Amino acid sequence: MKVLIRLIPLLLFLLLGVLLFRGLSLNPQDMPSALVGKPFPVFSLNALNNAEQKLTTASFKPGIKLVNVWATWCPSCKYEHPFLVKISKDQRFALYGLNYKDERQPALRWLIDFEDPYQFSIFDQQGKLGLNLGVFGAPETFVVDHHNIIRKRFAGVLERNVWQREFLPLINTIEDEIANGT
Amino acid sequence: MGHKLMKLIFLPKTNLVQILAMALLTLLIAIMLSTKVVAGPIDTYDFPDEITKVRFQHLIYELRCPKCQNQNLADSNSPIAQDLRQEVYDMLIDGRADMEIIDFMVNRYGEFVLYRPKVNSLTYFLWYGPVAFFMIGGFMVFLFVRKKDKTPTELTSEQQQQLKSILKDK
Repeated sequence: MKVLIRLIPLLLFLLLGVLLFRGLSLNPQDMPSALVGKPFPVFSLNALNNAEQKLTTASFKPGIKLVNVWATWCPSCKYEHPFLVKISKDQRFALYGLNYKDERQPALRWLIDFEDPYQFSIFDQQGKLGLNLGVFGAPETFVVDHHNIIRKRFAGVLERNVWQREFLPLINTIEDEIANGT
Repeated sequence: MGHKLMKLIFLPKTNLVQILAMALLTLLIAIMLSTKVVAGPIDTYDFPDEITKVRFQHLIYELRCPKCQNQNLADSNSPIAQDLRQEVYDMLIDGRADMEIIDFMVNRYGEFVLYRPKVNSLTYFLWYGPVAFFMIGGFMVFLFVRKKDKTPTELTSEQQQQLKSILKDK
């Protein structure tokens, strides 16, 4: 019994050691979004390519949606762009852009120069929708399901590994849910 | 090399080019120093009263910048921190309560934005861990100290004899 009591500090030390050691290998940028499981925020903003056209949540097609936050001031967005063009060919979901705190002319130029993978881009110059989405930089990508519920938020450059590991399984899951009528 | 340079600068027949070069250098140094002074988040907000100002400062001190993770909103220069400071200001002017503003941020950026995490089942360890550790430590110290107290402080008669014999030899 006494030996056990004497071992308590050592055990606590080991416990704390394991805990802190695990912390070393965690990615601090990988934060759970507060919005996962919540509906996509209500918005009413102009389309990037048409200042007259109002876009709202009703503008999204039914089914699975990917919303990609991008801007011309964001170098990683340019790096990510070819991959977006590639995945936009996938018919299982619709890809939308959220042009975040950007200028209209350079953004339009960008879509002409690098090909436009988006169904449409929402022009969020003030970053109001970005704020409601909890965006703190670009690029970020959200997966929104058929009930307009945010299922995933990914901050960083979308590339093949992440896509196959995190996005495709989720898209399959949502497809199953649609097929089962839930 | 250094000697040559000295000669170049302090040459009696300084020509116009050299004077201009020196002037330019001085100006450059002045500019460099002046930009150092203005670096740091400076935005100007007008507050209707002193209380709102104190509330604002308290809020941006307690809220964490989501991008630059080890800074609060007050410290950070990043665009997102600027936006969030503006948002906090707008909400204050709008007459919202501090709790509403904090909830607004938590709903969007998660509990992560709080430098003072809420007390819940996830954070019990964080809040009460140190107290628990302190108490365990105190308990251990108590155990060891009490054990020492039990050892007899007076010598037995046998030990007294031994002590006398040792002292005699000296």
